[in-house]
Amino acid sequence: MPIQYYLFLSLALFCIGIMGALMRRNAIIIFMSIELMLNAVNLLLAAFSKMYNDSAAQIFVFFIMVVAAAEVAVGLAIIVMVYRKVHSVDVNILNRLKH
Amino acid sequence: MKAIIAATILGIIMMYAGFVVKEKKSVLSIATLLFVLLLGVNVWELLTAKPGETQMFFNFQLTVTPFSLWFNTLMTAATLLYVLLMGNDIIKVGKHVGEYFALFFFILVGTYMLSSFNNMLIMFLGIEIISIPQYILAGSDKRNLKSSEASLKYFLMGAFSTGILLMGITLIYGATGEFNISKFSFLQLEQVNPMVLTGVLFLIISFAFKVSAAPMHFWTPDVYDGSPTPFTAFMATIGKAAAFIGFIRLFHTSFATISDSWTMVLAIITAATLFVGNITAVFQQSVKRMLAYSSIAQAGFMLFSVVSVSALAWQGLVIYTVAYTMATLGMFAVLLKLKDYTFDGFNGLAKKNPLLAAVATVFIFSLAGIPLTAGFIAKFYMLQTAVAQGNLMWLVIFALIMAAVSAYYYFRVIIAMYFKTGDPEMASELSGIDKFLLVLTAMLVLLVGVAPQILLPNGI
Repeated sequence: MPIQYYLFLSLALFCIGIMGALMRRNAIIIFMSIELMLNAVNLLLAAFSKMYNDSAAQIFVFFIMVVAAAEVAVGLAIIVMVYRKVHSVDVNILNRLKH
Repeated sequence: MKAIIAATILGIIMMYAGFVVKEKKSVLSIATLLFVLLLGVNVWELLTAKPGETQMFFNFQLTVTPFSLWFNTLMTAATLLYVLLMGNDIIKVGKHVGEYFALFFFILVGTYMLSSFNNMLIMFLGIEIISIPQYILAGSDKRNLKSSEASLKYFLMGAFSTGILLMGITLIYGATGEFNISKFSFLQLEQVNPMVLTGVLFLIISFAFKVSAAPMHFWTPDVYDGSPTPFTAFMATIGKAAAFIGFIRLFHTSFATISDSWTMVLAIITAATLFVGNITAVFQQSVKRMLAYSSIAQAGFMLFSVVSVSALAWQGLVIYTVAYTMATLGMFAVLLKLKDYTFDGFNGLAKKNPLLAAVATVFIFSLAGIPLTAGFIAKFYMLQTAVAQGNLMWLVIFALIMAAVSAYYYFRVIIAMYFKTGDPEMASELSGIDKFLLVLTAMLVLLVGVAPQILLPNGI
């Protein structure tokens, strides 16, 4: 398959992730959208790795997975901490509380 | 390289020390000791390095130059100064004191990686290693909703910008087939390749997020205002300097050949950052929030070093980060001594505590860029690099106007301290050590102001 197919698929997934992160108000769903962005990058890196016959990109994918796991660990803890206080994960509620 | 290993090991030791030692004061003493040790390792590595020699590690993924060693040493010294200045406030934030100090060690690991990476994988890891601990530090005051909110906001924004950074790296990899930023294929980047241009644009956006440059600055005031004040001081100074060294390293090493295509974008970002930071700071009522906006404005000045591609820019960045770090740390240390963070809280401070008001004046002068202070010489270096670039005169003039605007909100603090009457409430009394450290910091600010060459030893 030509590389363009993978490129367009990844960019489409990436854009869905960006739109989700910018438009949704639920912290968990924003977080899922961000994970979608990271996975779009993983897919593209794997495709490029095959194209260049270079394993460095696949190693990069592993590092992205590890860092994403670390981010999940910290991020879910932060979301739980907020949920305990306001009983909601809606980011709009936080903005309203500020004033 | 020794410093990276040492900081990792000392961070783990610190984590366990927090478990074993229950007394908060003892944890602080252990942390101070370990930071001194880390500074010692840095100095040792700096002194044993041969001048002009580049050491390679991990199959050319890490290139340690005398410049990066010098930058690491300065940042470690700044962290030590920070711990000495605000240690007693850090241990008041929460219960798990040992963890905060451990996180500082890990942030320093990220800083060392960003100052010497030669591969975009290491750059990505370095950025994540400085970011993830900062999300935790922002939310460390668990009883306070504002702190949790700051943490959530910082986390969501930071993770989003990480996604953009990775896409930029991937697109550039797609165009070059190489992650190593000093390889030939990088130096031969084609101007017209849309994949390269999109990748560079994504990298600019993502780094602008990390250094809080406009229009990606909107998380900064809320995060800096909501986080516990000692940690705000850390994020605004060392965290920002680390992101900047990564920024300048990537763009000046690998994208210098296609600088025509991105300097204009970055110049516009710089102008927007200066404008937004300075104009919004004028309307703030809280000094802490004013300092958050001022950190955006100062980031605008630091961006000058990335915009103008020359060797002078690197030296300018070192001087600017050190000058800004010292003045901002000092100002936050003064702020922590007061109960009320509004401008009115400073009313009459000169009568009540003349020493505190005097050192605060030095820090404010430095931030505003008054001659004889470090801030002046730092701004001078930045503008000099831009003037040498030639086509950025409009940006230099704009920056000078904005520096004049900044004098307004900085001097409001001085006016409140010296010309208004009031009885400021102190959060804690100044101990002898506090006085000594504050005066020392103010002295260093003045010393760098009159003799900036001490920050640029031969051979870096």
